[in-house]
Amino acid sequence: MKGSPGTADPIWLRVVLVAIALAFLGLFVGLPLVTVFVEAFRNGARAYLDAITQPDTLSAVKLTLLTAGIAVPVDVVVGVAAAWLISKYRFPGKSVLLTLIDLPFSVSPVIAGLVFVLLLGARGVLGPWLEAHDLHVIFAPPGIVLATVFITFPFVTREVLPIMQELGSDEEEQALTLGARGWQILLRVTVPKVRWGILYGVILCNARAMGEFGAVSVVSGHIRGETTTIPLEVEILYNEYNLSGAFAVASILTILALVTLVAKKLIELRIRAPTR
Amino acid sequence: MAASRRGSLPGFGLSLGVTLTSLTLVVLVPLAALAFKSASLSGADFAKAVLSPRALAAYRLSFGAAFVAASVNVVFGLVVAWVLARYRFPGRALVDALVDLPFALPTAVAGVALTTLYAEGGVLGRHLEPHGIKVAFAPAGIVVAMIFVGLPFVVRTVEPVLLDLDAHMEEAAATLGASRLYTLRHVILPAVAPAASTGFALALARAVGEYGSVVFISGNMPGKTEIAPLLIVTKLEQFDVPGATAIALVMLLASFALLFVVNALQTSTRRTAR
Repeated sequence: MKGSPGTADPIWLRVVLVAIALAFLGLFVGLPLVTVFVEAFRNGARAYLDAITQPDTLSAVKLTLLTAGIAVPVDVVVGVAAAWLISKYRFPGKSVLLTLIDLPFSVSPVIAGLVFVLLLGARGVLGPWLEAHDLHVIFAPPGIVLATVFITFPFVTREVLPIMQELGSDEEEQALTLGARGWQILLRVTVPKVRWGILYGVILCNARAMGEFGAVSVVSGHIRGETTTIPLEVEILYNEYNLSGAFAVASILTILALVTLVAKKLIELRIRAPTR
Repeated sequence: MAASRRGSLPGFGLSLGVTLTSLTLVVLVPLAALAFKSASLSGADFAKAVLSPRALAAYRLSFGAAFVAASVNVVFGLVVAWVLARYRFPGRALVDALVDLPFALPTAVAGVALTTLYAEGGVLGRHLEPHGIKVAFAPAGIVVAMIFVGLPFVVRTVEPVLLDLDAHMEEAAATLGASRLYTLRHVILPAVAPAASTGFALALARAVGEYGSVVFISGNMPGKTEIAPLLIVTKLEQFDVPGATAIALVMLLASFALLFVVNALQTSTRRTAR
């Protein structure tokens, strides 16, 4: 008769609370989600296909893939190294280091873009030196990649570190006693142990890398076909009042978001399975 | 569980090197460039940029709208977290998935979708405008976009606390004759308060710096619907780099202050959890 406290709530209260939750999420999340697809297909499937196969859109897709293709592997290497460092050793300043790694989470995307303009732009700290060597970073793809790495910097560490800490170092120590070398321990013992955590971090990192708008917008220069990523292409089309085009391109990112959520859920089940 | 002492596992130097080098090059040096550039401004120029009426209006709007949005998220986030933690109902998996969508959906997509919904003639705007309620291209639209981006924070910080909350405590309170409302006020709310505050601070911090979802719906009128991050971008586009730098420094310091508060709250949440 007496179940959990939640079931002790009278039925009318349960219905009211569930209705409030559904209405809130439906209004603020569900409706925008549906809008993307309704607007994308407003002029039919043919117009949709035309919009997403425009040369400008394709070059935006290419730049987005390139950006994520560089940013995600960099974040994986750094994330695994940082998680290894923090979970395996004791050293002073560890909590300061963690705070610094988390810093990009609390920096406005616009400021994340701005700092690279101030550092590497034409009138930036290193601008004259870059100019002298004919290197173009700001208003060019390298700047977009840098700003994206900044924004996504904590993602992999944040997901891999708790798992590495929870699973401990016993297997690694045993491998060491059996004469394994550092790299062998990392690649044969640790990485397989935390592989779902790494994948989880990769998926979240990739979604953010492909969808980042503010930071990329500041360093991109908006040269169509050259320095626009998918989110920036959405903005350009939208500002040209090409609504169905903007939403067609936006739907690519929305599908990516939905795939990300499904993958995330599957991995969460995987991560929890052995421990629960 | 315990970290092994330095020296037993190899790789300390290498992992320290990789972490510190990348952190320095990608995060610290660029942030230092902001401080360096601000330091080259004269005190008077800095004050002029940071305290101009336009800048003050932008801070007020950014922090004010973020505060309202984070408050809305606390109230509804608590309901959503309660429902997810305590009830089994049809559509629960859908609710769970929708909560995470703002983390995964690019902000520009959210921005154009919300604007289309609330604009004149949009699915929602059509019904709101005749009643004189203007959301798109008004401060209310900024709040709507900020509610969207901050929505997961309160739910995801409060939900685990509700799951862990000792059911026996609630039952004991009920056995002792406490009404449900009394239990809510004196047992449940005090237990979730630290987590809810953390969620509030996280949602606030996210909303204050938010750009992508807000610029589409806000209308961007200087002094009226111009948020601080947009003012930075505008100044940059007008080649007023010192002005952009000065305002960015103010916003950066504000987010560090918020980060500090979040850390303090999380420490106290962990302490109450024990």
